[in-house]
Amino acid sequence: MSQYTQVREIVMMNLRSVPQRLGASLVIVIGIAGVVGVMVALLSMSAGLEKTLGGTGQDDRVVVTRGGSNGELSSFLDRASGTLIKQDPAIARGADGLPLASGEIIIITEVPRVGQKTGANVTLRGVEPVGFTIRPELRIVEGRKFRPGLREIIVGEAASNQFAGLDVGTPLRFRGSTWTVVGVFSTGGDAHESELWTDTETAQSAFNRSGYSSILAKLASTDGFEPMKERLTSNPQLNVDAKTERDFFSGQSGTLTTVIGVLAGFVALVMAIGATFGALNTMYSAVSARTAEIGTLRALGFGAMPVIASVMAEALALAISGGVLGALLAYVFFNGYSVSTLGSGFTQVAFKFAVTPGLVMQGLALSLFIGFVGGLLPAIRAARMQVTSALRG
Amino acid sequence: MKYLGLIWSGLFRKKLRTTLTLFSLVCAFVLLGLLQAVNSLFSGGADFLGANRLITQARTSFTQPLPMRLLPQIEAVPGVARVSHSQFFGGVYQDPRNFFPQFAVNPQRLRDTYPEWVMDEDSWRRFITARNSTIVGRNLADKFGWKVGDVIPLNSFIWTKTDGTRNWEWEVAGIFDGRNAEWQKRAGLMYLNYGQFDEGRAGGKGLAGVFVVMVDDPDASERVAALIDEKFENSPDETKTQSEQEFQLGFARQLGDIGLIVNLITSAVFFSILFLTGVSMSQGVRERVPELAVLKVLGFTDRAVMGLVLAEAFLLCFLGALAGMLLANFSTRFLPAEFPIETDLRVWAIAGISVVVLTVLVGVPPALHALRIKIVDALAGR
Repeated sequence: MSQYTQVREIVMMNLRSVPQRLGASLVIVIGIAGVVGVMVALLSMSAGLEKTLGGTGQDDRVVVTRGGSNGELSSFLDRASGTLIKQDPAIARGADGLPLASGEIIIITEVPRVGQKTGANVTLRGVEPVGFTIRPELRIVEGRKFRPGLREIIVGEAASNQFAGLDVGTPLRFRGSTWTVVGVFSTGGDAHESELWTDTETAQSAFNRSGYSSILAKLASTDGFEPMKERLTSNPQLNVDAKTERDFFSGQSGTLTTVIGVLAGFVALVMAIGATFGALNTMYSAVSARTAEIGTLRALGFGAMPVIASVMAEALALAISGGVLGALLAYVFFNGYSVSTLGSGFTQVAFKFAVTPGLVMQGLALSLFIGFVGGLLPAIRAARMQVTSALRG
Repeated sequence: MKYLGLIWSGLFRKKLRTTLTLFSLVCAFVLLGLLQAVNSLFSGGADFLGANRLITQARTSFTQPLPMRLLPQIEAVPGVARVSHSQFFGGVYQDPRNFFPQFAVNPQRLRDTYPEWVMDEDSWRRFITARNSTIVGRNLADKFGWKVGDVIPLNSFIWTKTDGTRNWEWEVAGIFDGRNAEWQKRAGLMYLNYGQFDEGRAGGKGLAGVFVVMVDDPDASERVAALIDEKFENSPDETKTQSEQEFQLGFARQLGDIGLIVNLITSAVFFSILFLTGVSMSQGVRERVPELAVLKVLGFTDRAVMGLVLAEAFLLCFLGALAGMLLANFSTRFLPAEFPIETDLRVWAIAGISVVVLTVLVGVPPALHALRIKIVDALAGR
């Protein structure tokens, strides 16, 4: 028999005998399913967050904030600067001839999460009417828009699911006055869906604030961004930073993604070490259960390689089934699971866990690695057995 | 106890298998220890904060500063002993990665409400009298090598000065320590004199931030909190008053349901290890059926043999758990100060309960097997 046929026959024979060692074999499957499931689930959290923040914003929209501020919350622009920024020639103009630029104001409010008592920070964003023209992706999915001048707010879809008391028609109390939720909006699953929106001027008067937190402007063409940034930052009357809307939001997932990455890496590492010991145990006992069989094969003229291959194949097959099971569990239980966490703007960002194909591949790669390490030493032991003593069992 | 040797040799009859199982157990308990320590931190970590301090913040959000004129009104509420105020400064020292919190406070009022910070009289006097002064926690001072008299430049990402810049300079008046070990660990922050802060800032003059309220009687703190909030109801500055502990926990809860995540991981770990140890134990007993029969021949009762197997399962789980927990405990010491997790009593209790549950689940099936062994059948190899 050729080496190849030897390998094929012995591997198939071995795999067919796995059900006889079911209990011990399941140790590998379950151990690895645990590792892969936990790792994929944790990483799907940061994948989901990146998807939400990275999917927020367009390249042809610009966010202007005060220079040196680390987000909209710590940015303050007075009314004069706001007007000056809006006059930049790179900004597109609407049908009425006015610039497509919305002065927006950020106020943090506290709204409890569903089922909790302590408040979570939620962004209340004041938007000028033109803000809706600039963001054509915004759709009102329930109720209607707020009316400028009235204390009315609309809430993002994610916010209305994550936080309590944000249904259409419910009154909300901020700073001694009562506001009414009049609608729910969707922006296609981006970060704005975690926010509450109202009219800029209403918010300014209610919260005793003048000026803006940021200016959102629509460019006539994306090429206009660099010259516009140059003009604004070099203008001695202004002290501002300008970023495209996409860069502005995708820059915000950094810290949290790192934290989750470190946590997932650490947990997966320790669990993987534990699972490797489990796999070694299983494969050693599988080899010792097959001692007589291996001895017989060797006596019949099978080489050492096919024996190694058969043990490795068993380990890898069990490992990959564990990996698939783990990834599947993570997908079934966590994909699309929505949560919210504190974003870099010090307010809540709601997002959904995203089990991506890339993460599943990572999980499967890890399972194969554990299977490889767990199978290697027992395979070598199997190959080194003395034929005569092995035949005795 | 006299059977310890017997149990031990039974357990290590197959050295390789038991050692590998032990290593898996160690890994599992390292994770269990560390993850539950994280949980302890988020669930009740602020225990040492006394119940006699309340935080009064704007009802909308603590980021909305309350005006200073509320201070005498809060002081007038019956049951209130002392009041101080605190404004988050948001300063960056040299590099944003050096982040540490700073609060602008009234020095005398800080001293009255936080007796946990200790510092010599001269330093307190300097802090109270010099308007551009700051006091820094011992941990911070050690980290950056600051000493009394140094001028520390901070670039605030929130507060602009009247001259349009955001570069603030603060002179170190003293270095404070915590009253005990718990507080010493927390001495990683900086207090700035409200004098220079309020005078220097371009906007927001006269705003205090949040108020820290010390009550006479900790048992009455809920009533006092309600009284304060009632006083400002329906005003433009509605307040929300809660215990300092609740206030701190609120921060952690903002991050999300960390408890849920941690418990999910812990149960995945526990389930895997349960299965692994269970298989290893029952394999061990199955291989030793004839030996156990011999024990019974020698006069061991059925129950005694069952007890031996259970004891073996317990010893295995106990050794793994102990080593894992010690390792977890040991490794928490090497974490940076920002992650003050500890394997406290609660974590050890959870580990203890896990050992018992694990022993029962992995030990009982093989123990029952051992109980039912018929001597004749076993010796005949049936």
